[in-house]
Amino acid sequence: MLALKLAYKNLIGAGLRTWLNVFVLSLSFVIIIWHKGMLDGWDRQARTDMIAWECGGGQYWQKDYDPYDPYSLTSSHAPVPPSFLAPLRQGKMTAILVTQGSIYPGGRVQSVLIKGIEPEQKILSLPSAVLDSASAGIPVLIGQNMARANRLKTGDVFSMRWRTAGGAFDASDAVVVGIFKSNVPSVDAGQLWVALPTLQKMLDMPGQATLLITSAVNEHPPAIDGWKYRNLEFLLADVENIIKAKTAGGAVLWFILMLLAMLAILDTQVLSIFRRQKEIGTCIALGMTKGQVIRLFTLEGAMHSLFAAVLAFIWGTPLLYLQAKNGIRMPVKGQDFGVSMADVLYPTYGISLILTTTLIVLLTTTIVSYLPSRKIARMNPTEAIRGKIQ
Amino acid sequence: MENSQIIKITELVKDFPVGSGYFRALNHISLGFRKGEFAGLVGPSGSGKTTLLNIMGSLDVPTEGEVLVLDQKVGKLSVKESAFLRKSKLGFIFQNYNLLPVYTVYENVEFPLLLLGYPARERKKMVLDALEWVGLSPKIKSKPNMLSGGECQRVAIARAMVKKPLLVLADEPTANLDAENSHHILQTMVKLNRELNTTFIFATHDEKVISYLKRRISLADGKVIKDEIAVNQS
Repeated sequence: MLALKLAYKNLIGAGLRTWLNVFVLSLSFVIIIWHKGMLDGWDRQARTDMIAWECGGGQYWQKDYDPYDPYSLTSSHAPVPPSFLAPLRQGKMTAILVTQGSIYPGGRVQSVLIKGIEPEQKILSLPSAVLDSASAGIPVLIGQNMARANRLKTGDVFSMRWRTAGGAFDASDAVVVGIFKSNVPSVDAGQLWVALPTLQKMLDMPGQATLLITSAVNEHPPAIDGWKYRNLEFLLADVENIIKAKTAGGAVLWFILMLLAMLAILDTQVLSIFRRQKEIGTCIALGMTKGQVIRLFTLEGAMHSLFAAVLAFIWGTPLLYLQAKNGIRMPVKGQDFGVSMADVLYPTYGISLILTTTLIVLLTTTIVSYLPSRKIARMNPTEAIRGKIQ
Repeated sequence: MENSQIIKITELVKDFPVGSGYFRALNHISLGFRKGEFAGLVGPSGSGKTTLLNIMGSLDVPTEGEVLVLDQKVGKLSVKESAFLRKSKLGFIFQNYNLLPVYTVYENVEFPLLLLGYPARERKKMVLDALEWVGLSPKIKSKPNMLSGGECQRVAIARAMVKKPLLVLADEPTANLDAENSHHILQTMVKLNRELNTTFIFATHDEKVISYLKRRISLADGKVIKDEIAVNQS
């Protein structure tokens, strides 16, 4: 208690020197929390968007389906298992049929994935209802990126070619009936969405699907012969890995920030012990042990981070709150790099993030303060009293 | 304490390492001090007076011999025991005042009482009393950099005296003061010695201080060359 009181008095008495260090430390606090909050916010947004636009609660994949192997598409379809027909009718599941094809917008050829989806489904956020419309060609729904890449807009007609189950090539005109905006590139780039019954008819695969999306998370999915269940952990693994890589990159920034803050504290402590030798000697003469003086100096250093936490709270809270509320507009589109990233990111600041950061900074500051303070133990008090440099 | 003797020094030797050899700062010194003495170690620079004062103050340890301060063997005390002796029984006054620069006058004087764990109310009374002894009551909120040299030394005296120690060790207390301030400080210490019966031991070569001493112990080259009771008192 006495050490706390003395450390507080010494810090307040040191004036500007204290406040400069405290400000630098508070910057580190806020930037570390902000940066981690951005990554957490991105993580949350990516998960939410991926679940809403692509994954649902989980998926059953036809056993040969491999989204990274286009050759697998020829064989990765099968009739919907009878046990799934009821959930499909109840809207608890939706079926997707996937095939390869080509389109010819503006006379150019473009390879695409053609995906069939039930127009009335509500599991994914795709506005599939627009596919249930009469038009001069096959109604197709595309994403904003696909539209931009192929210079397509609603109402445009282009040629579309595909291979049927029997291996024959077939073609027809397609009409863009809707363009959706999504942060998930894997439902947008190079993809055409058509009504499932239409695609089944086009491919001559009645009642068949490539994958089945469930609306709810199923902890104990029933095993179905010829189908593999993919849970959210599996489906979100790619985006999680990208965020993990970003977090690792962020650790460098974190390390640099911490290093800067710790250097400021270390420098102050070294200078303080160098300049305050007479004070140290006096404290010993007045009855403090060297151990008590070391504790006092260590506490002074550590108290910088306590003050910094308070200062960071004062100026950082409104700033971080505003960012969490209004979001941060990203300078580049994440979808352009195949990453699920919204145009505006909303950082997430959890209590655990704030507490962990505070504890780490506090602990590191204490260690950094203690290291130079050990020099006091080697001081000769009679020399220190006279302020003689040791 | 036999015959109220509060310090007993027997065959004290203090060596400091210098290169591969050593320098003998104190050479077989034997001395005793009684309670209430106003004594001084007198001699030129390098005669060993500050070293002797530091050992009596338990800030340093003897190389040989025995030093008993208030019945405690300096050099045999643990770090904690030594700190406790300084904290509870001894007061120090330094040439450069050694006030804690970020503390006010009040806080500087309060510091030894904080270390001793006195309750706040008692602390306040003791600090105000001490500041009244040295005539600094109006300056309790000032910081050391706002005081003159004489005022700083009076704060240092108040700090040394506030816990009413049995022994005050003063190392060249007037070296940085002008004649008027020196006399003022010394008169204050004489008054405290008389009223509180506190033992004062000085290390000095200042004639002004020497003129106030009741006992003068002259040192040269680490040896006591004269130990006399002063005839003329100021």
